Amino acid sequence: MTSKTVKIDVLARVEGEGGLKVTIRDGLVRSAELNIFEPPRFFEAFLRGRHFDETPDIVARICGICPVAYQMSAVHALENIFDVSLSPQLRALRRLLYCGEWIESHVLHIYMLHAPDFLGYAGGVEMARDHGDLVRQGLQLKKVGNQILTLLGGREIHPINVRVGGFYRTPLKKELLTLKENLKWAREAALATVRWTGTLDFPDRERDYTFVALRHEDEYPFNEGRIVSNCGLDIAAGDYENHFEEKHVPQSTALHSRFRDSGAAYLVGPLARYSLNFDRLSVLAQEAALEAGLDRTCRNPYRSIVVRAVETLYAVDEALRIIENYQEPKSSFVPVEPRKGEGCAATEAPRGLLYHRYRLESDGAIAEAQIVPPTSQNQACIEEDLVEFIGGFLDLSDEALRHRCEQTVRNYDPCISCATHFLRLDIDRG
Amino acid sequence: MTGRQIRPRLAVWKFASCDGCQLSLLDCEDEILGLAEAVEIAYFPEATRAEISGHYDISLVEGSITTAHDAVRIHEVRRRSTKLIVIGACATSGGIQALRNFSDVTEYARIVYARPEYIETLSTSTPIADHVRVDFELRGCPINKRQLVEMLGAFIAGRRPATPAHSVCVECKLKGVACVMVAHGAPCLGPVTHAGCGALCPSYNRGCYGCFGPKETPNAPALSARLSELGMDQRGLARLYSTFNANADAFRQESEKYDQQDGQD
Repeated sequence: MTSKTVKIDVLARVEGEGGLKVTIRDGLVRSAELNIFEPPRFFEAFLRGRHFDETPDIVARICGICPVAYQMSAVHALENIFDVSLSPQLRALRRLLYCGEWIESHVLHIYMLHAPDFLGYAGGVEMARDHGDLVRQGLQLKKVGNQILTLLGGREIHPINVRVGGFYRTPLKKELLTLKENLKWAREAALATVRWTGTLDFPDRERDYTFVALRHEDEYPFNEGRIVSNCGLDIAAGDYENHFEEKHVPQSTALHSRFRDSGAAYLVGPLARYSLNFDRLSVLAQEAALEAGLDRTCRNPYRSIVVRAVETLYAVDEALRIIENYQEPKSSFVPVEPRKGEGCAATEAPRGLLYHRYRLESDGAIAEAQIVPPTSQNQACIEEDLVEFIGGFLDLSDEALRHRCEQTVRNYDPCISCATHFLRLDIDRG
Repeated sequence: MTGRQIRPRLAVWKFASCDGCQLSLLDCEDEILGLAEAVEIAYFPEATRAEISGHYDISLVEGSITTAHDAVRIHEVRRRSTKLIVIGACATSGGIQALRNFSDVTEYARIVYARPEYIETLSTSTPIADHVRVDFELRGCPINKRQLVEMLGAFIAGRRPATPAHSVCVECKLKGVACVMVAHGAPCLGPVTHAGCGALCPSYNRGCYGCFGPKETPNAPALSARLSELGMDQRGLARLYSTFNANADAFRQESEKYDQQDGQD
């Protein structure tokens, strides 16, 4: 059978609600559409007229899985307006908070959302019946990430401790040290996770992606760096909108981010970060990656599960380093004075580059906000992957083909709730 | 554990939301596998592609009603559920999405979307209880996972969940946290906000911002008077009550008092 339509009404094991439609004619994949049927959410509009200091609390609510990413892009963008810079200790604490989010988000995806595709289960809970120790290891590793978020942010979801200029309360050294033993265990567990994911059976598929990620002069990127690509792009966050735009694609239900000049799709997230920043990983993470069979560049999106494991290992390693070097700051924040102006920033959410821009009035009220989440940026790439890869799987049964399509989307750990504040609603609900 | 056949069937449903409240279930790292033994997870698309159709003993509903389609779908969920439990501020009050209730949603669509004519949305975001009968409401933005485990345990055992409806103020006293409003003059919604977070914000040197919505019998006008004395202007008061539970009665009534006056300029 060479003509068929694969339709997946509710895409499982992704954050938010979306569906998928792949049309096959004469043995070729004609089109692939990722449909977003989450109700529209209006965050940029809600932000208008709010006071700037409410921003970290409001934007957190865009996503329950990566609220820290939204808080970080927001505070950096606003601090660029106020022209303040944080002490090294406060900066390190922000990095630590981001480590916590990367660990919990990546480990959730590796063990509970993505691994079931490779091992043939409907979900992580079902997988636990045959692989109890493995799933328990994943849950405990995820928990260590959440412990960082809880201690430093107040709670795992929608942390309350982030403010423009720093934190409401900074932890005591002895409080942070309570995380150390668990993090040491987590380093071993993360290493085991890299080794285990390296043994999974990956479809042999690669594409010549344009990777886009932050690059910092000496760190693996979380909060700071220039936006670079493997095709010569090297810009400050302030130039983001000059190089990228969101386009309406005919016959599609979503906005896609593309390069403004060429119209080409690009990829953000673990594959891009890793391939553009391999030399910035810790030695431990680099060695583990190479031992697990990765090269310094990874173009096989099915292997993103290994890259997430490598980034988890890095985040655990980095969290330990930060805790050991931590000195309690004199003040928990740098005071800021409202002023009229415009500022933007990009940080690395677990799923990739997250861009924010704000324009403020002189009294500190927000006049305009622009937010571009990673899943919006990856949409075009996800659809291109489907068109290019699925043609090679047409000999599979319908059910196996459906499953392969889902896995191809889940490679990106798409966060549809995030994207939806911004993506067009699918008006044809069927 | 005796016979699997008597396990209650659990379903998790999503409406307009950030996914955070259902993620709380997966954040119960120590309890989730045990929970999966105690109940049959029959529908939970964020966690599994397996789906058992039919009737569910317990449905957890996250999110608010913001589209015509969802306003119909929630009735279907109600019909198929013995106990319908709503989790989180979106489901209990309309959540942050209810900020649209105070504005013109077509203007919002124009701000956010390049092609607003494609946007199909209601002009309001409303709680689940405005549409169907609800058996229990768990508050919070997000919900507290300890309360989630307590509530599920209670429903499985057939008892009433222990989720006190007193204020965050009481939680501060129980925890021995110094009052941020008395000690530092920090604006705090603790006196009128429902308990559940464990006095989180005051423990981190900031005022409560009302994630859990109004407590039982709140006296918001008295709090507003005190906040005015501390120097908060009308616009500040309107904003303070209109965040993640803006559509909850006590908060809406209070914010509208100040918002209307603000609207004159």
